[in-house]
Amino acid sequence: MQSAPEKPGPGAAPRASTAAQATRHSALVRTTHWITALSVLALLVSGVEILISHPRFYWGENGNVLTPALFQLPIPASRSLVQTGYGYVLPDQNGWSRSLHFQAAWFVVLAGLVYVVAGFVSGHFRKHLLPRGDEASWRALWKSIAVHLRFERPSAAEAWSYNLLQRLSYLVVIFLLFPLVVWTGLAMSPAFTSAFPATVDLLGGRQSARTIHFFVAVLLLLFFLVHVGMVWFAGFRSRMRGMITGRVDGVQENP
Amino acid sequence: MTDLSRRKLIKTGLAAATGIAGLGVGASLAKKYGLIPPDHAGIWGVGETLNYASYRLLANHSMAREFARSEISSRPLANEIAPPGEAFLKLQAGGFTDWRLAVDGMVDRPGAFSLAQLKSYPSRTQITQLSCEEGWSYVAEWKGVPLSQVLEVAGIRPRARYVVYFSIEPGWWDSIDMGDALHPQTYLAYGMNGGDLPVGNGGPLRMRVPRQLGYKSVKFITRLTVTDDLKKFGKGLGSASPESGYAWYAGV
Repeated sequence: MQSAPEKPGPGAAPRASTAAQATRHSALVRTTHWITALSVLALLVSGVEILISHPRFYWGENGNVLTPALFQLPIPASRSLVQTGYGYVLPDQNGWSRSLHFQAAWFVVLAGLVYVVAGFVSGHFRKHLLPRGDEASWRALWKSIAVHLRFERPSAAEAWSYNLLQRLSYLVVIFLLFPLVVWTGLAMSPAFTSAFPATVDLLGGRQSARTIHFFVAVLLLLFFLVHVGMVWFAGFRSRMRGMITGRVDGVQENP
Repeated sequence: MTDLSRRKLIKTGLAAATGIAGLGVGASLAKKYGLIPPDHAGIWGVGETLNYASYRLLANHSMAREFARSEISSRPLANEIAPPGEAFLKLQAGGFTDWRLAVDGMVDRPGAFSLAQLKSYPSRTQITQLSCEEGWSYVAEWKGVPLSQVLEVAGIRPRARYVVYFSIEPGWWDSIDMGDALHPQTYLAYGMNGGDLPVGNGGPLRMRVPRQLGYKSVKFITRLTVTDDLKKFGKGLGSASPESGYAWYAGV
């Protein structure tokens, strides 16, 4: 999420003025970013396909069409078992969707592990994602929100660093949403929970895990949309170039 | 070519060679230790193999979660099934007294078991969850004879690696590896929640594999074949599921 910076802090734009062509994102960040991006896209598409075979949600250990639902999405289903109010049943796409879902999950988990371990070792999190000393206040957060709400365009300096709201949302996605979506996904696996039963018991049961999995996926979808929107807003070509080649021009781009 | 780029090239080449050699060694080790599922070919092979291999490595001897009697679902959903075929209806009319479970393949004593014979072995019960791949679930108390008991009576040969099981309904069959077949929670189930297993839930006899999703627990079982090679069955993918796009290994 890119937007105008607050007053550029001391470390905000370390090399922007001097290096016209320097590395914005390391090769490791770029590689894991794109593996994650493609995997998340596959997970969202296949997740929706799996969801439509049973668009009802429950809380606790069990739930099926004979038991009351916590809520049901107002969409058609791919099984005639589910009463939807639509006069048709969608074709069954669960087979390939499930296979794609798990294969993409493996890629995102492995890429995520590499990214997180490397992020700690290299100091990436400390240097680029943790709020800077002068940002760790409610006032700074409020200011960053206000800047976003005014839709101010980012300055050239911001091509080199993340603003406060951006840092916080990346941290939430990396250390809260991704672990939670993986955990709740594994908690639905009868094989995984046979080896690690606490992973599902702590969530209150298999159906609770499924419901939480759905809501976290919605939040990740929301992040994905805002993230892509912000890249567009901040300068699609320069931000894409930064994440693909690692290089950013010193010149501000105004799309 | 500068020194730097040559060094980079050599480094990349060495890394690639190591990677390819590593993959080769990994693949042959995985094959040796039975970590490769029968439907490992094709675009989903990576994911299917990682799923199955990690289950064999992490959860080989784990037990599916068991529940308290108070947690048994009052509404154990019998999933939709195709209307029973003529063979089934005929046996049903006779009260299933002529129902037979044939056991053949790599066993010393092939034969057929009636339901009464199966019920004469010490019965076991488990309160476990049936989870459908669609997302829904219920908990029930299942009664039956461990598959390992029947295999012991039939005498499986040392080279046997899989048990293939067939429903009376044509085209409905599946298989599990020997680890799952001999697992204490894998039952030939004939009872549910204190009564006979209802037809809708797979009665008179269904496979029960609680560490995998519901579709591995095939209903209306009439035949078991013990084998060392799944390629001999159907399209060679291990079960009917991969033939319609579903994974052979259904632990996730």
